Amino acid sequence: MNPFSSGTRLRDMIRAIRACKTAAEERGVVRKECAAIRAAINENDQDYRHRNLAKLMFIHMLGYPTHFGQMECLKLIAAAGFPEKRIGYLGLMLLLDERQEVLMLVTNSLKQDLNHSNQYIVGLALCALGNICSAEMARDLAPEVERLLQFRDPNIRKKAALCSIRIIKKVPELAENFINPAAALLKEKHHGVLITGVQLCTDLCKASEEALEYFRKKCTEGLVKTLKDVVNSPYAPEYDIAGITDPFLHIRLLKLLRVLGQGDEDASECMNDILAQVATKTESNKNAGNAILYECVATIMSIEDNGGLRVLAINILGRFLSNRDNNIRYVALNMLMRAITVDAQAVQRHRATILECVKDLDASIRKRALELVYVLVNESNVKPLTKELIDYLEVSDQDFKGDLTAKICSLVKRFSPERIWYIDQMLKVLSEAGNFVKDEVWHAVIVVITNSSDLHGYTVRALYRAFQTSADQESLVRVAVWCIGEYGDMLVNNIGMLDVEDPITVTESDAVDVIEIALKHHTSDLTTKAMALIALLKLSSRFPSCSERIKEIADQYKGSLVLELQQRSIELNSIISKHDDIRSKLVERMPVVDENPAGDSIPATTASINLPNGVAKPSSAPLVDLLDLNSDDAPVPSSSGGDFLQDLLGGDLSPAPKQSGVNHSPNNGTSVLMDLLSIGTPTQSSPAVPDLLNSGQDSKKPVSPLEGLSSPSSNSIQPTSSAGFAPGIDLLDSFAASPPKQENNGPAYPSVVAFESSNLRIGFNFSKLPGNPQTTLIEATFTNLSPSVYADFIFQAAVPKFLQLHLEPASSSSLPASGNGSITQTLRVTNSQHGKKSLVMRIRIAYKMNNKDVLEEGQINNFPKGL
Amino acid sequence: MDGNGEQWVIEIDVDWGKGAAMGLIGEVIAMIQFVLLISRQGKVRLTKYYSPYTQKERSKVLRELSGVILARGPKLCNFVEWREYKVVYKRYASLYFCMCVDQDDNELEVLEIIHHYVEILDRYFGSVCELDLIFNFHKAYYILDELLIAGELQESSKKTVARLIAAQDSLVETAKEQASSISNMIAQATK
Repeated sequence: MNPFSSGTRLRDMIRAIRACKTAAEERGVVRKECAAIRAAINENDQDYRHRNLAKLMFIHMLGYPTHFGQMECLKLIAAAGFPEKRIGYLGLMLLLDERQEVLMLVTNSLKQDLNHSNQYIVGLALCALGNICSAEMARDLAPEVERLLQFRDPNIRKKAALCSIRIIKKVPELAENFINPAAALLKEKHHGVLITGVQLCTDLCKASEEALEYFRKKCTEGLVKTLKDVVNSPYAPEYDIAGITDPFLHIRLLKLLRVLGQGDEDASECMNDILAQVATKTESNKNAGNAILYECVATIMSIEDNGGLRVLAINILGRFLSNRDNNIRYVALNMLMRAITVDAQAVQRHRATILECVKDLDASIRKRALELVYVLVNESNVKPLTKELIDYLEVSDQDFKGDLTAKICSLVKRFSPERIWYIDQMLKVLSEAGNFVKDEVWHAVIVVITNSSDLHGYTVRALYRAFQTSADQESLVRVAVWCIGEYGDMLVNNIGMLDVEDPITVTESDAVDVIEIALKHHTSDLTTKAMALIALLKLSSRFPSCSERIKEIADQYKGSLVLELQQRSIELNSIISKHDDIRSKLVERMPVVDENPAGDSIPATTASINLPNGVAKPSSAPLVDLLDLNSDDAPVPSSSGGDFLQDLLGGDLSPAPKQSGVNHSPNNGTSVLMDLLSIGTPTQSSPAVPDLLNSGQDSKKPVSPLEGLSSPSSNSIQPTSSAGFAPGIDLLDSFAASPPKQENNGPAYPSVVAFESSNLRIGFNFSKLPGNPQTTLIEATFTNLSPSVYADFIFQAAVPKFLQLHLEPASSSSLPASGNGSITQTLRVTNSQHGKKSLVMRIRIAYKMNNKDVLEEGQINNFPKGL
Repeated sequence: MDGNGEQWVIEIDVDWGKGAAMGLIGEVIAMIQFVLLISRQGKVRLTKYYSPYTQKERSKVLRELSGVILARGPKLCNFVEWREYKVVYKRYASLYFCMCVDQDDNELEVLEIIHHYVEILDRYFGSVCELDLIFNFHKAYYILDELLIAGELQESSKKTVARLIAAQDSLVETAKEQASSISNMIAQATK
């Protein structure tokens, strides 16, 4: 006899595991037990099978792998006795789930047990089926379950009812078969059967329109009567909770009535009285009563309008909201969120209380309340509510600040009545919680600032002040640095003073101080530092007297180990010292950045100027990547608007056209040439970029202030520059490279070589459908690089779930040899995460070369950004 | 196809509907997604899943939730928002009973269901304590199975549940006695 087979008792094993002092010790005990169990399994030991399975369940609960025991469950289930089956089914439900194929093997045993003469065995089988059945099992066993809905014992009927719920959720087309037996359950007196029957009907209504109509016509009155009976029933100790008879049944009946009443006036009418009774008569001093009231309110809010009932419901919520019990307040907030679509006015009345809840100690309540405040805000109350929220921002928990900041920013953006208010609020948020602000948000702030020409002076002065107190808030620093760089002259000369502000005295050197602090501050990251260097360059032209000092500051980064800073520093130096003649033109103010023309932007006080090519872009964050050097950290460019100014200052090099990119992700962050003026390199800069250098050649609409700069000056400067600098560094070298011309009739994207092997090349051309930025048309061109003809050429592609892919038929199925012709095929990709995620695709190409099957596979990661 | 976690949809041919259908994964949304019993030290005492979760996801769920729930103070509400669900929890002595439900479900009722379960356990074990549930964990599961199926409530009467469990326990006892008497008989006969 196997020495392991007797083993330890379950109790002893649990004791041994509990006695372990360390995790390693526990692992040791478990390993020993598992070894013994495996040995017993191999021996096909029957005597201790149930004990071993029980042990495995305990081990499983501790998180150890127990897959080797799965077959033991099946064997125990197949045994004849109740004890074996009981533990076997328990193991089945714990150790397996519906996705394991082993489960299919149990279908037959289940079928037998569903027909067993012992009702407890039938119960076990129903329970297991209800908890883990897959769609296939549901189809196979539905007739058995349907029959058991009429079983003589109510305890089987109730189990069968719940099992049916699982079946119709798995296979909705089976719903029709269950309508009649389910309706019969509603007439039962047994509470268990009634509860489960009502639940089954509710789920049937959700699964099938036909069921909904049927129950609405035939059962509404009966259900109202049942509810009436339960509400008015005398004390029943078996079902009593806090003086209420069976609150669970109450709640399920209310839920089903809600489904039936929704969208049907007659049904709603029929239940008005009983709902009023429940709403007024239910005791609300215990949780059970409140649970019923809560459900009742939900039903009143959902069914067809009855003014009186709604008032009743809103009053209940008002009472809930002022309850001392946190649970009750939580559900009140939750329900008010739903009530707002029904009666916004009534919810507004509780605004003050809700606002208090935003400041609650309890994170769950705070979160609910914040969501609710967010939907309560409208044009008329945005100012006071925002003020409250911003005031609270100062004292709120660190881990709540992120949520709160995001909501405030979104509110301010949506409802801002005027620009100055927007700017004020955003500066407050940035000063208070700048470290929690997302990149898109501060980018958007800059966009609004550039568009508010009358507020430039005001803003830059406000930022200067804010910087003095909040220099540790990164995104505030960035916005301040950017604005001081752009509008530094307005800062020192108090230009554009508004009546509301006090004049301040800032010298040119004070302004440079700010930038220097930002540049050297220990919390500043690369982006901030790089922005600071650009700001310095701009100031060197605005404040000629500080030019020397700026040069010195910048020179300190000549030896920076961070390539980006080093390069900027050297370029800056060369502009200041060698190219003084063009400096002022180079560092002119940024052109006004187009605000989102789609509409949810701030009401414009100045007409926003369209960019040279006038492309309407959904730019949620036009400044993304303006100076974002971390683009290889960021998972994906944040939106198509991200390309907007990307490259304007050389923030990024999009994938070069010649990239052959199977499993090759474009690594922008490492681009050595990412420099101030590298725009001339053949990057496929998005056409919306007012491309400094392109604009000279771009005959479309000469709006860019820097227009005209490129060609003439580049010609004249070319000789000097190539004389003294290393070619890679010289900013002006790039002027010579002629930028690729793009047809500016829509956002254009560079073609890519999507796949290249020794035999095959696939090129992708991209275009967008007008008005549908999510969808990209890809024209795939297949070229045969081998000397043999390919027959039966098939291209397949797979995409992640956030994409939808549609392949048009290919132009041909045979591909001539040696590149003498090609096949084209159009792919239509819809990106549901447009702006958040980039396209990615896996491909498989099958063809016959010399009558031999060839299969090639690859992954395409080098899609241009913003598709 | 690989381990990067994304679900891939293969579009083999031009059939648009087919490609779309393959992207769907039939997820059953039960009222109660899962039940967890966690001790104050973060040890698991019972887990029951009514929606498919892989072993890996389960340990992640456990880590995330025990972190959030055990850290909450005593006076706070019994609800935690977690992923797109809500977890309703209640502490009884050293044990936290947690049930994960949908956003739209009645949280107050779930609290009642938890209490219902605790009362039944209490009645069965006679003032239940954590040790009862450790050494008789399978009993705790059997009782839960008489209370919930497919994540829905099955029985509102504590008495009925107790009766059904007792009946099944006695079936097991009878079988045991029979088995031992048979083996006694065999032992006697072969002596």
